Amino acid sequence: MTTSSDWAVEAHGLVKVFGENRAVDGVDLSVRAGTVYGVLGPNGAGKSTTISMLATLLRPDAGSATIFGHDVVKEAQVVRQLIGVTAQFASVDEKLSATENLIIFSRLLGLSRRDARTKTTELLEEFGLTEAASRPLAKFSGGMRRRLDLAASLIAQPPLIFLDEPTTGLDPRTRSQMWDTIRRLVTEGSTVLLTTQYLEEADQLADRIAVIDTGRVVAEGTSEELKSSVGESSLQLRLASPTDVAPARDLIRSVLGVSAAVSPEAGRITAPMTDPDRITDLFVAFRERGIHLTEMSVQKPTLDEVFLTLTGHGVDADAAPADGAAAAHTSPKESVNA
Amino acid sequence: MTTLSPTSTTPRLTGPAGRPLKNHVSVSQTIRHSFTMAYRGLLKIRRTPEQLIDVTIQPIIFTLMFTYLFGGAIAGSVADYLPLIIPGILVQTVITGSVVTGTQLREDMDKGVFDRFKSLPIARIAPLAGALLADTVRYAIATTLTLTMGFILGWRPGGGFGFVVLAGLLVIVCAWALSWIFAFFGVVARSASSVQGISFLVLFPLTFLSNAFVPTGTLPSWLKWFAEGNPVSHLVSGVRDLANTGAITGNLWLALLGAGVVVAIFAPLTVRAYMRKA
Repeated sequence: MTTSSDWAVEAHGLVKVFGENRAVDGVDLSVRAGTVYGVLGPNGAGKSTTISMLATLLRPDAGSATIFGHDVVKEAQVVRQLIGVTAQFASVDEKLSATENLIIFSRLLGLSRRDARTKTTELLEEFGLTEAASRPLAKFSGGMRRRLDLAASLIAQPPLIFLDEPTTGLDPRTRSQMWDTIRRLVTEGSTVLLTTQYLEEADQLADRIAVIDTGRVVAEGTSEELKSSVGESSLQLRLASPTDVAPARDLIRSVLGVSAAVSPEAGRITAPMTDPDRITDLFVAFRERGIHLTEMSVQKPTLDEVFLTLTGHGVDADAAPADGAAAAHTSPKESVNA
Repeated sequence: MTTLSPTSTTPRLTGPAGRPLKNHVSVSQTIRHSFTMAYRGLLKIRRTPEQLIDVTIQPIIFTLMFTYLFGGAIAGSVADYLPLIIPGILVQTVITGSVVTGTQLREDMDKGVFDRFKSLPIARIAPLAGALLADTVRYAIATTLTLTMGFILGWRPGGGFGFVVLAGLLVIVCAWALSWIFAFFGVVARSASSVQGISFLVLFPLTFLSNAFVPTGTLPSWLKWFAEGNPVSHLVSGVRDLANTGAITGNLWLALLGAGVVVAIFAPLTVRAYMRKA
């Protein structure tokens, strides 16, 4: 049985229209409390708009959403007490120092003067900003600004944290620091909903991922589920002798029952791996026939491939006639929900 | 620290600082939030003192300039012009200062930080109220500087210190009332520069087509009609009466009435437009 607060976020059919543009076109999301949920999609897919509606910044045009069971429209003020938002563009005061920013947000959140000061010192320390605390933000690097932004979202220790593209524009080192911070938040019991354009980021951090494109969720599941929905792993072999290529292909056909592809560079064979159990049989057969391998590897599909396949912007971009928003509900929704 | 685990006991959710969840903001909280936002406004002024040029340098320059430029021509001598011009400059400077409320509000609302304010469990009206509140400090600075400048130039108001302070307060109250007009433009306009444009279009006729710099006696009749009906003229006269003679006249009440009408019209308009965006 699930109680309302088992779910940090439940959204059904969220819609937001800006003029002609259906920025969010019927998004469903369910985020279990205590997990990291990744919303993955290209620029302009509707990620930020979705977050804005969940965070009470925008009013949905249709559909409904609850945060820990509280409606985002009817109980907006309650929802605001349960969330922390780090928006895509630093939502801190540029003209003030880091300390002043945090003090003001703390005071607005109802902390007493003394508690606000303690909390500010604590957060500055935690996010490595103590040295720069009194400098105006104009002199902050992108990474520092992001850290301050995140710190500001954590003042009230909200049970749910929205991170809108938390690492966009950060260098690799700062990015991995941010990832560590996000992981720590979850071990401390927070639920995190993050959006990202980076497949690696979703793969690394998120327990579950929703792939979103042109305002719709096109796939949802764990990163493993998403990967396997796109295709199986493939077996890659390099043969010691190029003359063995033809007999090796015959063996693969007879043992695995699939046809292998030979790559241009002689001696490299790629075969789809439908049943890993049968691979042993293949190798035994190779040995019996005296076919020698110099290299063997199993290639899993990357999230990149998943993404491209699902959004159709990739390799086999479908040239379906764009019949626009009129056919809004005929979109194929691929559900890989286990 | 609350631990949330989906499988174990249902977590007890509380708001910030462990307070129970509530879907409305109380009046006392609203006031507190507004004062915090005003504090933010003051911090911003301290960080960017160049923002204060219009209420620091301008009163000094304008007072000097207008006094010596018009003094001889209009009143026969600088000394005779001072009782006329100082209240005029005072009103003009402080009201001009109130335009900034609108432009800054617009700039603020366009910034990322405003999104955070919107996501916080605070009174929706607090950022607006805070901005209007913080700006009274700017008016107080402009008022003090203009009056001091007048004193340095030789103005000795007959009403005495108490009535001069009262006159200053009257100007601050009226400027605050007018700042609602500019706040409204700030909320509805697309950009800060358009706010400034629209605001000055309102401001210039109001301040210059009045009795602030010249007596209305020589004006053509249609202009005289406008200048004498202009609430700014009543404010200027009210300030002159208070400061120069220590008299509370009908002008003062008319000025306050005008201020009241402006607030009655523009406060609800502004708040409504603002809440739609906030």
